[in-house]
Amino acid sequence: MSNVLHTDNITMQFGGLKAVSDLSLEINQGGIIGLIGPNGAGKTTVFNMITGVYTPTSGKVIFNDQDITGLKPDRITALGIARTFQNIRLFNDLSVLDNVKIALHTDVPYSLSASVLRLPSFFRGEEKIHQQALEYLKIFGLDTIKDEIASSLPYGEQRRLEIARALATRPTLLILDEPAAGMNPNETKELMELINWIRDEFNLTILLIEHDMSLVMGVCERIYVLDYGQIIAEGIPEEIRNNKRVIEAYLGEEVG
Amino acid sequence: MDERKNIKTTLTLVSLVLLAGILYWGQNNLSTFQIRILNLAAIFVILGVSMNLVIGFTGMFSLGHSGFMCIGAYTAAILTMSPESKELIYFMEPIVPFLAHVEWPIFAAVIMAALISALFGFLIGFPALRLRDDYLAIATLGFAEIIRIIVTNTITITNGSLGLKNIPSIKSMWVYWGCAILIIIILKRIINSSWGYAFKAVRDNEIAAEAMGINVFHAKLLSFTIGSAIAGIAGALMGFLITSIDPTMFRFLFTYQILLIVVLGGMGSLTGSVIAGVFITIIMEWLRVVEQDMNVFGLLTIPGLPGMRMVIFSIGLLMIILFYRQGIMGTREFNWDWLLDKLKIRRGSKRGVSL
Repeated sequence: MSNVLHTDNITMQFGGLKAVSDLSLEINQGGIIGLIGPNGAGKTTVFNMITGVYTPTSGKVIFNDQDITGLKPDRITALGIARTFQNIRLFNDLSVLDNVKIALHTDVPYSLSASVLRLPSFFRGEEKIHQQALEYLKIFGLDTIKDEIASSLPYGEQRRLEIARALATRPTLLILDEPAAGMNPNETKELMELINWIRDEFNLTILLIEHDMSLVMGVCERIYVLDYGQIIAEGIPEEIRNNKRVIEAYLGEEVG
Repeated sequence: MDERKNIKTTLTLVSLVLLAGILYWGQNNLSTFQIRILNLAAIFVILGVSMNLVIGFTGMFSLGHSGFMCIGAYTAAILTMSPESKELIYFMEPIVPFLAHVEWPIFAAVIMAALISALFGFLIGFPALRLRDDYLAIATLGFAEIIRIIVTNTITITNGSLGLKNIPSIKSMWVYWGCAILIIIILKRIINSSWGYAFKAVRDNEIAAEAMGINVFHAKLLSFTIGSAIAGIAGALMGFLITSIDPTMFRFLFTYQILLIVVLGGMGSLTGSVIAGVFITIIMEWLRVVEQDMNVFGLLTIPGLPGMRMVIFSIGLLMIILFYRQGIMGTREFNWDWLLDKLKIRRGSKRGVSL
């Protein structure tokens, strides 16, 4: 299997605080990889460095043999990394459909003058985008509520819409920041199946942060455990479940 | 669905013809004063929609509109004034030679005004749009004042604080309302295209917009430049309407008046800006009454205070912000679908009752 993403000793320092230090990840094509760790371990910071929200203080991020360290987020999205956010960031005032359409609009099939003059290329482009957006919504079962305003949706649906929107940017690597947060066990189970399905359907590599252990253990093929900005363990779910350091990180050391 | 499309096209055509009819009737039957007010309303509509593009659709709190208007007004005026009147007006210091003999047709001058304003919008936006919210507001406000001060002091080009007179006069409602309608159509089309989506995405959530592959800075700069260009056109038309301009016209107070239109109409609604633009211009004229001496039942006389209109306006703005934040239209737009749906429901319910 080829290597899609790897980070080469990335460090993120905020003033005196080292949020992430010398972190190296290797993510292979087609895998579903989990990144777990206690609160404040630096998981989201890792995601922010990969997607360009932060520029690492040192180290390199390599995506498909290309150095993407310090590129702007929109460039990184264009190269094929899409993400969702821990605290949902939808376009709140826009409809469900428009949220997905925006993601599809990034490589615009017509020019500004074509849209002002309403040339045929505009209508063709818009029609194509409309159809594609509907398809993405259908996958996530959101097509029946396509005209609702995004902020009016229940939490679980907002999460799914965010994933649909991220998929619509046509990524090869999908990064999910706590996709199951706020979902009930049933929804989480559905989400697990969905994640597996979209991986196969869209030929994706998926990297996810999650606190829900049933999801992580159920869906991830490989897990990295982060604590105080450093990797303390990596391996298949079975190994992680029984790793002493991981249990310590989550539950604290035994006294005595 | 197809049937509805035909209905909508027909309705659009009918309303355009109706509008043309109103303009034709107005041109022939209204007094010069009334026509002037309506033309002013068209200019305020243009200003309102262009500022709404920047503030309401792209979410950039920019207060530099009067500056771009100023540039547009001066560009168009200098390009269209006759060489003779230029010689007459620039009596303190003569105009620079290369501008002394130009006399462009009005249409070309308006286009040029838009281009020069756009250029300035681009140059100012480039550094300023890295700022956000209040900081952006302060920076753009500052830039607008800088423009005004530069215009006041480049006497050989702008005639300084004496201003310009004898600008070719246009009285036809067709010109002002034609421009307004054309600009509204162009803006509507931009807003409903990919670029418009990018603007709205930036407004709603910048970080998410970036993550969707939108170059936030480009989107902001594009919106700001288009907004400046249209403000320039409005400035040019203002010159043709009142035939004399001077730098004090383009104080920041003017920007607030446009802001009032945007807020009252609803941030993110072109329809709202059109309604509020017309409404405020007319009220503004009507309120001149309060600036005159008033006699209350012959008992006492309230002396007229110049500027009283603005006091009432400020109170109005405060009321809107406190009690009616979303404005007349919120982010909704008028469209035929909405109207047809309304009618259908009413018809449907009537039938329901009769059965």
